[in-house]
Amino acid sequence: MNRRDLLKLITAATGTALIGGNALLAGCTTQNNKPQLSFTDEDVRLLDEVAEVILPRTDTPGAKDAEVGAFMRVFVTDCYTAEEQAVFHAGLVQLRERCQSELGENFMALTGEQRQSLLQALDAEAKAQVAAGGSHYFTMIKQLTLFGFFTSEVGGTQVLRHIAIPGRYEGCMPYEEGDRAWATR
Amino acid sequence: MANNHYDAIVVGSGISGGWAAKELTEKGLKVLLLERGRNIEHVKDYKNATKEVWDYPHRNRPTQQMKEDHPVLKRDFVLNEETQGMWANEQENPYVEEKRFDWYRGYHVGGRSLLWGRHSYRLSPLDFTANEREGIAIDWPIRYEDMAPWYDYVERFAGISGTREGLPHLPDGQFLPPIELNCVEKDVAARIKKSYGGKRHLINARVANITQPKPEQGRVNCQYRNKCWLGCPFGAYFSTQSSTLPAAMKTGNLTLRPFSIVSQVLYDKDKKRARGVEVIDAETNETYEFTADIIFLNASSFNSTWILMNSATDIWPGGLGSSSGELGHNVMDHHFRCGAGGEIEGYMDKYYFGRRPAGFYIPRFRNLGDERRNYVRGFGYQGSASRQGWDRNVAELGVGAELKQSLSEPGKWTIGMTAFGEMLPHHDNRIYLDSKVKDKWGLPVLAMNVEIRQNEIDMRKDMTQDAIEILEAGGATNVSGSDWGYSPGMGIHEMGTARMGRDPKTSVLNGFNQVWDAPNVFVTDGACMTSASCVNPSLTYMALTARAVDHAVKELQKRNL
Repeated sequence: MNRRDLLKLITAATGTALIGGNALLAGCTTQNNKPQLSFTDEDVRLLDEVAEVILPRTDTPGAKDAEVGAFMRVFVTDCYTAEEQAVFHAGLVQLRERCQSELGENFMALTGEQRQSLLQALDAEAKAQVAAGGSHYFTMIKQLTLFGFFTSEVGGTQVLRHIAIPGRYEGCMPYEEGDRAWATR
Repeated sequence: MANNHYDAIVVGSGISGGWAAKELTEKGLKVLLLERGRNIEHVKDYKNATKEVWDYPHRNRPTQQMKEDHPVLKRDFVLNEETQGMWANEQENPYVEEKRFDWYRGYHVGGRSLLWGRHSYRLSPLDFTANEREGIAIDWPIRYEDMAPWYDYVERFAGISGTREGLPHLPDGQFLPPIELNCVEKDVAARIKKSYGGKRHLINARVANITQPKPEQGRVNCQYRNKCWLGCPFGAYFSTQSSTLPAAMKTGNLTLRPFSIVSQVLYDKDKKRARGVEVIDAETNETYEFTADIIFLNASSFNSTWILMNSATDIWPGGLGSSSGELGHNVMDHHFRCGAGGEIEGYMDKYYFGRRPAGFYIPRFRNLGDERRNYVRGFGYQGSASRQGWDRNVAELGVGAELKQSLSEPGKWTIGMTAFGEMLPHHDNRIYLDSKVKDKWGLPVLAMNVEIRQNEIDMRKDMTQDAIEILEAGGATNVSGSDWGYSPGMGIHEMGTARMGRDPKTSVLNGFNQVWDAPNVFVTDGACMTSASCVNPSLTYMALTARAVDHAVKELQKRNL
């Protein structure tokens, strides 16, 4: 991370900055907090399955291969504020309730199609909420899925490309559609 | 105590202290190099140098615990997992913010030479005459011509890559081949040149990353990993560890003593000379005295001044060098965090290979020649163009295979840049000792009272607006500019507080960085700066240090010190 990257983060316009990331705004303060909520192994399995719908295994590995659920447990517990953790954990409760009330099953029992359409709906709701200046727990789950996956070794080397020691810089390399992106700039 | 005498003592092992140690030892002096923090050995102690983002449990993001431990660091981007432990412990080393001041300190061997941005530009003839011409503060006691041979000298050793541009306000130097611009940056540069009739330039950043090996120093050329801040196992960027410390060690004349907090310069009022320094061992709390013929203070701008303020207080209540009334005053930084970003259409069949440690630079173009803005001085931009990665927003895609496929490919080209502006020296921007607050070793701490003033506030409007205009002229679309807010210190270029000058009544140091009141004490870090220019300052500290050592040793030989 250097100052150029900082600028990219600021200008990335990704809707909302990564929750739990660096404080980017001058004077941004965080509340002192101790984690009061913890994840069960079942929570982690649920998050793995949700993440797999967002980034499924195709001809390349998916979210479960990168153990994104376990990453979310660590990141939310250590990097989120107490308030953010509360929103995230309440989100898991809401997600479970919604599965029951709409589909009469828990998420694990849903078919692939049911999972897909449920999460598409949640994604649309989250986008609408954020666009209206609000927030939604699904934004957190999706962010952490993308972040956790593409910064994992599986995501960074098998879905994106990474060369540990490039040895040279070429500023104008041919690119063909479908070529993978570099894991880091 | 017989073994505690050296020809010279250097306090601080960062960029300027490393240079002082190298130059003094190569001239045959026995040198004690004191560093307040722990040792970091080149390569061996770069514990994260070969780690990737997935090797960190939080993927290099700060935890809440880290934020709690670093109430200052957390304000900006530097708090992360990979450089944890490379910044000063804020609990052990408090300071007082009468006004907000973000102070980023590297308390270990190498100091911030391991953590610097590496942009290396010369101050220009314009910079050295600006104060005099505009009647601001005091005149520099030196001119560009005094510095030019020393810039040549330090550039050849440090290894600066860049291009010769023939710009009078950004003098060329002894450059290694530049780090290439990418194809978008090259085309944007050409459009800017055309739009502004050759008055504004987008050029390769000039950085202390070597593009050719330096076998005589055991340094390999840049491998394009962009992990400089983790310590470079190839020695590809200039740091104390990669460059000056090995050179000093090779002479057999250097003694390096880590964990050595210098609490004061010991002053002999009869001889009107310093006779040594008092050191507190940071681990044992024991106090030692070391004596020497000459002393170089290179403890970083504010800490060199802190040492002076804490020295010879029986003669001058404000400390050694305070007789002018300027010690601790005229704090400067580079004010930044104004800039713009945009998209570049096309080039979708172009990409790049390797990760550069630098991008482009747009040298100052304001208030040159006859132009007079509603502020004085100017600013430069640092930036780069690249293709978006997975963290871009793909609004139209929800969840599933299509999203994954899309994010596994690079996105559009974007370009962004941020300005670094010159801050004027102002007497009321100051630091002072606050003896009510003590650090871990019972020493009084610094209090900060610094703010940007009207000249900087006016300049910031141009810094943002010009960024938008230049990027649009360069062909960018959807350009948006912003002032993201700045607090003094964020530039990590703190300068001033013991300025050079021509008159002991208005300056702390003379034209060779000697303390007027103790001519065998030299201050050659950022504290000495009489004005700030808008270019990154480290190269100038290197040149000033080499020049001051040359003078010191000549004076010593003439028995003048």
